[in-house]
Amino acid sequence: MSIDDQTFRPQPTPNGRAQAPGRVRIRTEPLPGVIGSPAATESATESHVHVAPEAVFEADGVGIFYGKKQALIDVTMRIRRGQVTALIGPSGCGKTTFLRSLNRMNDSIGGFRIEGQVRYHGHDIYGSNVDTVEVRRRIGMVFQKPNPFPKSIYDNVAWAPKNLGMRRGLSERVEKALRGAALWDEVKDRLKDSALGLSGGQQQRLCIARAIAIEPDVLLLDEPASALDPIATGAIEDLIHSLKGRFTIVIVTHNMQQAARVADRTAFFSLETRGERPIGTLIEFDETEKIFGAPRDPRTRDYVTGRFG
Amino acid sequence: MSATPPAGTASLKLARSNRQSPARKRADRFGDLALFLVCAAAALLALLVIVLIAKEVIEGAQPAISKFGLSFVTNTEWAPPLEKFGGEGVILGTLITSAMALAIGAPVAISIGIFLALLAPASVRNVISPLVEMLAAIPSVILGFWGLLILGPVLVSTIEPFLHSTFGFIPLFGEPQTTGNSVFNAGLILTIMVIPIIASVSRDLFMAVPRELQDGAAALGSTRWEVIRGVVLPSTVSGMTAACLLGLGRALGEAIAVAQVIGGATESHLSLFRPGGTMASLIALQFNSAVSQLHTSSLYYLAALLLVIGIASNLLASWIGQRFGGAGGVMR
Amino acid sequence: MSVFGRPADEELDPTRPLVPTGNLRRRHAVSRIVQALAIAAALGAVAVLVIVIWAVVSHGAKAISWEFLTSGYPNGVAPYIVGTAEIVAIATLMAMPVGVLIALFLSEYAGRRWTRPVQLVLDVMNGLPSIIIAVFIFALLVAHQGQSGFKASIALAIIEVPLIARGTQEVLNLVPGHQREAADALGVARWRSILTIILPAASGGIVTATLLSVARAAGETAPVLLINSLAKGDTIQLNPFQEIPNVPVRIFQLSEEANPEGFTEAWGLSLILIAIILALGLSSRALLNRSKRKMSR
Repeated sequence: MSIDDQTFRPQPTPNGRAQAPGRVRIRTEPLPGVIGSPAATESATESHVHVAPEAVFEADGVGIFYGKKQALIDVTMRIRRGQVTALIGPSGCGKTTFLRSLNRMNDSIGGFRIEGQVRYHGHDIYGSNVDTVEVRRRIGMVFQKPNPFPKSIYDNVAWAPKNLGMRRGLSERVEKALRGAALWDEVKDRLKDSALGLSGGQQQRLCIARAIAIEPDVLLLDEPASALDPIATGAIEDLIHSLKGRFTIVIVTHNMQQAARVADRTAFFSLETRGERPIGTLIEFDETEKIFGAPRDPRTRDYVTGRFG
Repeated sequence: MSATPPAGTASLKLARSNRQSPARKRADRFGDLALFLVCAAAALLALLVIVLIAKEVIEGAQPAISKFGLSFVTNTEWAPPLEKFGGEGVILGTLITSAMALAIGAPVAISIGIFLALLAPASVRNVISPLVEMLAAIPSVILGFWGLLILGPVLVSTIEPFLHSTFGFIPLFGEPQTTGNSVFNAGLILTIMVIPIIASVSRDLFMAVPRELQDGAAALGSTRWEVIRGVVLPSTVSGMTAACLLGLGRALGEAIAVAQVIGGATESHLSLFRPGGTMASLIALQFNSAVSQLHTSSLYYLAALLLVIGIASNLLASWIGQRFGGAGGVMR
Repeated sequence: MSVFGRPADEELDPTRPLVPTGNLRRRHAVSRIVQALAIAAALGAVAVLVIVIWAVVSHGAKAISWEFLTSGYPNGVAPYIVGTAEIVAIATLMAMPVGVLIALFLSEYAGRRWTRPVQLVLDVMNGLPSIIIAVFIFALLVAHQGQSGFKASIALAIIEVPLIARGTQEVLNLVPGHQREAADALGVARWRSILTIILPAASGGIVTATLLSVARAAGETAPVLLINSLAKGDTIQLNPFQEIPNVPVRIFQLSEEANPEGFTEAWGLSLILIAIILALGLSSRALLNRSKRKMSR
């Protein structure tokens, strides 16, 4: 599995210039925000040197524990910029656990412990100087169950930008986010209505609009369509297609067809018996066509042909 | 399970004996009916007590109601020897002390709820929560006694002069008196009483806010306080309002502790540092020593007003809980 | 052009180290200040508790002696303590069956239609100021026939009923549904399953709620003040149909007299009362935890 055989499309960066995939700006001057912590700056800059530049995430031997129970073992993978990466596998295989470790949403769960390393643009996500709020500001997340806030549709989207101080052009920002989430036409006449009155599919798209309104770098989607009917699911999948390129997207899904439809690359997780109890781990990670057409691992083949789980 | 027989075997035994005789079946029909009637009677008894309370209190107030009418509420003079009874002074006192208790107590109590439910680790919560509840368990007569002997002197020697010199231009912060028995003292004692009530209700409310809602806010790069202000507080407004009404009801109706520290005056004034009175405390202080039938009846009148306010605030709290929130008043 | 057309200087560079950018430092500061205030509020409440308890303990300890605990007025307080125990015990004996039956009505019979109104009645009853209940019993029973401890017990019982009913109802709702269903499926009559399965399973909770209501009733002053305040306290009064000396009224009366010796006695009584109430609260809590563990098994 080489990472160099990839066909790259030029990815628009946030400022709109097409950027060659290999070029990530490396700052050498001290950053204004971190003057107080020279060590952090130093190590961060240093770590940039040996980073494969197109990787947004690099997981390196990641294992996750909840108390004494190990939920995930030995995951090593690179998630590429601007692509849609799907995580599939049977229930309990640790794919959601892994996803939530990418923006530290597991931190608040009692007994959570991680080993190995998750690097984001070369920075250790679990490093000692890392600010979790900053992590989540760059790496947004949409959850399995739609969780709109008990506020108006407008305020759901405007809330996070307001917190971040993006007050200028706020209503344009809200509109663009809602358009981006393919929800604008349905809600433009009732922006002041409660978000709780929307249908499940609309609520989920609102949650996506809410996430993209602050222009994160990455979107993590945790089975975003599993609670929705087929039509709403279709709308979400179309939406993922339209967001591709603008954001790096990692999606967990139960539904293999969905992974095949939306993902550039697919990772297959499964349960492996290590010692006494089964532990989730990464089995195979490759181009989506390869995973579904010509998987190399027999366990992947069994799963994608429906012989398992 | 020493006190409890294992459920399975008990019911089996019952079932076996049950199948036997028709006499047993008749007994069961009678037993079912009897237990139902007894339970229903108990529930009815509760309703009956409330109705009786309203009837007795209003009947007792009748002479005063027919003599003074609604002007009782605005008459300022309370002079038992002259047969003059006007409630404005104590009604105002009730409003001021309760408002003070709620104005200080509610924000503090809600902050405590935030700390216990959302910030403190479980080990800390399990220590502080019982302590806060313990504060609610202190009998009002002891709290009032403490307010009289300990808090009052401190207030009159330091805090009241300071507030007067700083905010003296506001009529509330008038000239301090020679004793610590004042409306201010009563307001503080009531604050101490309402805090544990509101704090434990809001703690439960905050703990019931769905985890995924908070995660959703956190995943947008929000700080702890932004999650609380943006999601937790708005989704519990109705529950918190109900909790504050509960606290208000407690503050309005507290008789003993207020009677001990407020100084037992009846004239109508706005100064926090002068002695005053509240409706409930006046009843406690004068009921046993009423000088005339009209005096007693006027105290009943105050009780009737308190009763109306009390029931109204209860119904309002219950209505808010039902109208705007689910079981616990958490809106989702 | 950025998606949102922002000027480049505001832009998020995702490759920067994961330290606060933009306004995040300020937002963290605000968050920390608020969290500190919340901690301060909690500590403040605990501090008030400690200050009050400390005042009661330090002043009260000076009053406590063997004679204080065992003799009557003017040197001791035994008649008040016995009297309060007596009044509260009688009140609880009346309130407990009524409270438990109301809870049974709510959980077993009320159905959708009657649950709300009955609960509302309990809420209103629970929210009634005790001074109103005192005035009520005075009008009903004292105005024409005079004071007695028993009448005060009735008033306290009215205060206890909603507390016991609510507490019992909560544990009744915890009784596992499968136990009820098992009994129903076996054709056991409802009343037998209630009396032999459901109530015993809830017994721990019933006792807990009762202990808490006892703690509340023991400190209630307004009802005893209006209904039973004339006893002098020189001897123990065991006849509930006489005026009975009791602790709360004694503390209240002493606090109304500006007499330093009286204050010492009041502190001593306060210490005894608080000790009893806290002991009741702690044991009810321990019992509640135990019975919850039992129920969840």
